[in-house]
Amino acid sequence: MIPAPFAYARPTTVEEALQAIADGGEDVKVLAGGQSLIPVMRLRLAAPETVVDLTRVEGLRGVREEGDQLVVGAMTTHADVLTDPLLARYGQLVVQATETVADRQVRRRGTFGGALAHADPAGDLPAVALALDAEFVIAGSGGRRTVAAADFFVDYLTTVLEEGELLVEIRLPKLGEDWGVRYEKFNRVAQAWSIVAVAAAVRREGGRIAEARIGLTNMGPTPLRASATEAALVGVDVSMETVTAAAAQAAEGTSPSNDLNAQADYRQHLAQVLTRRAVAAAAGL
Amino acid sequence: MTQINVRVDGASYQDDVEPRTLLVHYLREQLGKVGTVVGCDTSNCGACTVHLDGHAVKSCTVLAVQADGCQVTTIEGVATGEGPTATLHPVQRAFHEMHGLQCGFCTPGMIMASIDLLEENPDPSDEEVREGIEGNLCRCTGYQNIVRAVRQAAAEMSGTAADDPKAEPAAVDTAAAEHVAVQA
Repeated sequence: MIPAPFAYARPTTVEEALQAIADGGEDVKVLAGGQSLIPVMRLRLAAPETVVDLTRVEGLRGVREEGDQLVVGAMTTHADVLTDPLLARYGQLVVQATETVADRQVRRRGTFGGALAHADPAGDLPAVALALDAEFVIAGSGGRRTVAAADFFVDYLTTVLEEGELLVEIRLPKLGEDWGVRYEKFNRVAQAWSIVAVAAAVRREGGRIAEARIGLTNMGPTPLRASATEAALVGVDVSMETVTAAAAQAAEGTSPSNDLNAQADYRQHLAQVLTRRAVAAAAGL
Repeated sequence: MTQINVRVDGASYQDDVEPRTLLVHYLREQLGKVGTVVGCDTSNCGACTVHLDGHAVKSCTVLAVQADGCQVTTIEGVATGEGPTATLHPVQRAFHEMHGLQCGFCTPGMIMASIDLLEENPDPSDEEVREGIEGNLCRCTGYQNIVRAVRQAAAEMSGTAADDPKAEPAAVDTAAAEHVAVQA
């Protein structure tokens, strides 16, 4: 199907974009890469009055270094992420998860910020952002505010972004060489969303785990942290036994859905298995 | 209506389009570029793949207004020259020679995605080809020869084609379909 008619705005600055959103009427949608929005508009699941296209807004695309953080512009495409030298060095968890997003055509158009603002619980990047304690910089008519990842994802397809606001950049910690990472994804066929996936980052000090960060994809209406597993890993000697024991707690506090792909209890089983694999790989086992 | 300026297969166009017009519909219905086809309504199948500023995209998931100021290459623009004297793109030729198609509906998108893949990775393994074209679905499930075709094209484009002894279409068991042998 062809999308329902809409008014189209193509601002060139963040200020113009905010104005276009404010002027756009009752139902305004922000178009980033369009790889989720255009399909839902085509299926008429969304029929916005106005679409504000960010493609030409300057300064929203690219990755830069600021102190101990990487700043990723919201309009940085997945294809940009896969070839960015800073992310290659300090953001391998983002790179690994991005490699699994959809297919090469979709990765060419789809954006990092768009995927996060869409907040699909089966999407790959929200759990990574949560595991890394990313910070979300949001522009609004009153200026900019910064929101922690733990507060950004509110519910199914729902974020803390208010009407009239725009996600402009995402700040990630730079993970140095003492960190190991792994994104472990389980799905059935090419292009498919994660049935469950696990994003793990582990910092080792000698033979021990000093810090562990674990994000879960599709284990509830929002991305979740496997907090019990993270706590159980701190200070332990690295071995398959300790990792397996800690991973057994990965599904604690999760509330996965039942659907055609999997029942909730199967997802909880998967979360444990994939956490074990992801942490073992990240810890260098 | 919004005015757009695009170059498609080497020709410049200035047109007024509705913002909701998908790029694929603009190409097919306004420019007559019917070589690019629509295979699904869900952004899955990749049959509508074209190159936008040199990279493969699904033209059903791009608005025509987003192509304003861009270069678009469709399957109709990858051969050199026109008409009977045209020289096929090496990937087109390889799909022909390796029989990388059954019904052919997915072929334009498969070729456009494959050209994009080979620009990034000139010598992909079978596995890399399969992952590289994961955004394109063949409902005939003719993937074996599609993968062979892409690898044949890769070899030809890098000048090593004669060294590849496996460069043949998959063997066909004609016992149950004698007309195939007759055609051959």
